Amino acid sequence: MVKNTTKIPENDPLNNPEIVADIDTIINANRYLPGATMVVLNELQNKIGYITEPMQQYVANKLHVPVSQVHGVVSFYSFFTTKPRGKHTIKFCMGTACYVGGTPQLIEKAKQVLGVDVGETTPDGEITLEVCRCVGACSQAPVVVVDDSVHGRVRPNKFPQVIRSIQTKQNQ
Amino acid sequence: MKFYRSHVLVCIDPECRSKGAYEVLDALQDELVANGLIDEVQVLETSRIGGCDQGPEIMVYPEGVHYANLTPDDMAFIVEEHFLKGRIAKKFLLPITSVVDEELSAPTPKEIRIVLRNCGKIDPQNIEDYIAEDGYMALAKVLTEMTPEDVIDEVMKSGLRGRGGAGFPTAKKWSFARASAGTPKYLICNADEGDPGAFMNRRVLEGDPHAVIEGMAIAAYAIGCSQGYIYCRAEYPIAVSTLRLGIQQAREMGLLGQNILGTDFSFDLEVRMGAGAFVCGEETALMASIEGKRGEPRPRPPFPAVSGLWGKPTNINNVETYANVPQIILKGADWYASMGTEKSKGTKTFALAGDVKHTGLIEVPLGITLREIIFDVGGGIKDNKGFKAVQTGGPMGGCLPSEYLDLSVDYEALTAAGSMMGSGGMVVMDDETCMVDIARFFMEFTQDESCGKCTPCRVGTRRILDILDRICAGKGEDGDIELLEQLSQEIRTNSLCGLGQGAPNPVISTLKHFRHEYEAHIYEKKCPAKVCKALIRYEILPEACTGCTVCARNCPVGAITGERRGVHVIDSDICVRCGICQQVCNFNAVVVR
Repeated sequence: MVKNTTKIPENDPLNNPEIVADIDTIINANRYLPGATMVVLNELQNKIGYITEPMQQYVANKLHVPVSQVHGVVSFYSFFTTKPRGKHTIKFCMGTACYVGGTPQLIEKAKQVLGVDVGETTPDGEITLEVCRCVGACSQAPVVVVDDSVHGRVRPNKFPQVIRSIQTKQNQ
Repeated sequence: MKFYRSHVLVCIDPECRSKGAYEVLDALQDELVANGLIDEVQVLETSRIGGCDQGPEIMVYPEGVHYANLTPDDMAFIVEEHFLKGRIAKKFLLPITSVVDEELSAPTPKEIRIVLRNCGKIDPQNIEDYIAEDGYMALAKVLTEMTPEDVIDEVMKSGLRGRGGAGFPTAKKWSFARASAGTPKYLICNADEGDPGAFMNRRVLEGDPHAVIEGMAIAAYAIGCSQGYIYCRAEYPIAVSTLRLGIQQAREMGLLGQNILGTDFSFDLEVRMGAGAFVCGEETALMASIEGKRGEPRPRPPFPAVSGLWGKPTNINNVETYANVPQIILKGADWYASMGTEKSKGTKTFALAGDVKHTGLIEVPLGITLREIIFDVGGGIKDNKGFKAVQTGGPMGGCLPSEYLDLSVDYEALTAAGSMMGSGGMVVMDDETCMVDIARFFMEFTQDESCGKCTPCRVGTRRILDILDRICAGKGEDGDIELLEQLSQEIRTNSLCGLGQGAPNPVISTLKHFRHEYEAHIYEKKCPAKVCKALIRYEILPEACTGCTVCARNCPVGAITGERRGVHVIDSDICVRCGICQQVCNFNAVVVR
């Protein structure tokens, strides 16, 4: 069996016993499923929010599959991330209708307001900007998805309102 | 069972939720409680009622009254008028169909609903609602009266073809899988609906999950499999949870699992989630993903019917294909084959989007013309602009200009015109759309989603994108068009899977129908639609500018200067052409040159 040889960085989730217990629960619930790798990684991504390299090695050891296979899957699919994201994510829909409906202008505005580019997180760790594939709300174009809620017909001058909606959520 | 005199269906699809469907739902329940009606009126959550762009919306049965454009504050009025006084609250009726009858949820007479027949009519989270609409009758008929060969024959006679877009005859696929040696056999439902602008499958999965489950059970009987998978993309969490609940309920009723309906047929289902990779819509990549691997396609043959999931014979169909099956069994192949054209039978759902008045989901008989879809069902182009092109078939499809408006919508005709049926995305573009920019947008998509396994797709799409980027940036050169044509042909013939083979289609079709736009970009350095940033300039008309300063305050780069109440000026060297000034100007003073 492959031994875990790399040193685990201090801030890795694997150093937190509670998270390790969560990871074990997820692995044990699915380990005998055919094709378990995807299922486990999907649930880990949902539960913990990101999958670091030590976590990938841990999963590979537990599932008795090569680390290369786990890493291959994590790096292939866009839903898996290896770094923590901000507390909130703002996703800009890049579907055809939204693109034609003004997503590029919206991103321009977001960069100006938040000072970070797409794929980056604000320095205070609050908001991550991302682009995403069509969310299927095309008649509302352009659409932004804030965490799990869809905001439709967002014009650039309305974008500050979207950010305010995040801030009010925090104050509650 | 409790008796209710009225049932209210509240649409909670993402669009309506974004406009406050849950707030409306809560307010409605509060009002019903306040008026002591909560035991008489049942409130249910559903997806898709029909007026997608006019939500939040509710449907009241048995009357079949459709209210739209609601706010939580309106609920007091509706409860008082409709449920206490028994009058229809006319001011909230859905504007486009203010007639109270059976056809309410079908906005136009050109539509025929088979796949969408239950969407918005039943509670998708309750299997009994589906059974009340003759649900699982087809499965019972198949298991008790028909042999697997009969089922395949019936589907063959109906002329049903793969609704994922390629249009392969469904019954033929089933008979290959049936004839294939090797056990166990697997059944897969492809619910990895990744085309931008397409959401037909999501609505079916969220609004009528049991139609898909029943269709899969029938297919499993015909082929002889006992295990099925539904592979759903991770972007559709509601669809995944609705499906899981539906499967659970079907198991409890003995409609899935061991010895279904007391026969010796056993079949069970599992939902697997994708993780955001478009290429997993390709069948061999999808199976790799279910196996827990990177979603990379492999060469065919061997086809999945011979060697599919875990090397076993596998049948894979699209959501919509399965959803058609129970109706074909119940109403007969002749009924189904009476709709459509000679080679393309039945109906097809489309997600109509873009610059058309009524966007949303439609289901029309095949053989209808593009003009009927866009102008009769869709209500024509928004804001009285002109029609320029319609894009069908998703990122692997093509753009068709106005000459093709009278084209019959069927598999062969669309392919012959240089586009394709695809899974059903239909994006309408008005005359302010730049076709080179659109081709570039689709190449960006396929380039990003190319899995990287084969060279023509991985490198070729990147080269095409580079050339299109250059053309849009005003640096196009003589010979670029010819180079694009050559590259497109090579990628099309040499790529491994459908993604690569279809990737150049947007370029090929725009080059065929809108070549003059490419030429204008390259030789005149002009963008006729005034979209490509490097080829346009924003200016403020001095006679129209009132000096309100809105544009200057909204400009992200500070390119606009001018005194309050004085004429403003845009510095073209600083301007990044984002167009915000034009959008915010209340006096139409900002123009593009």
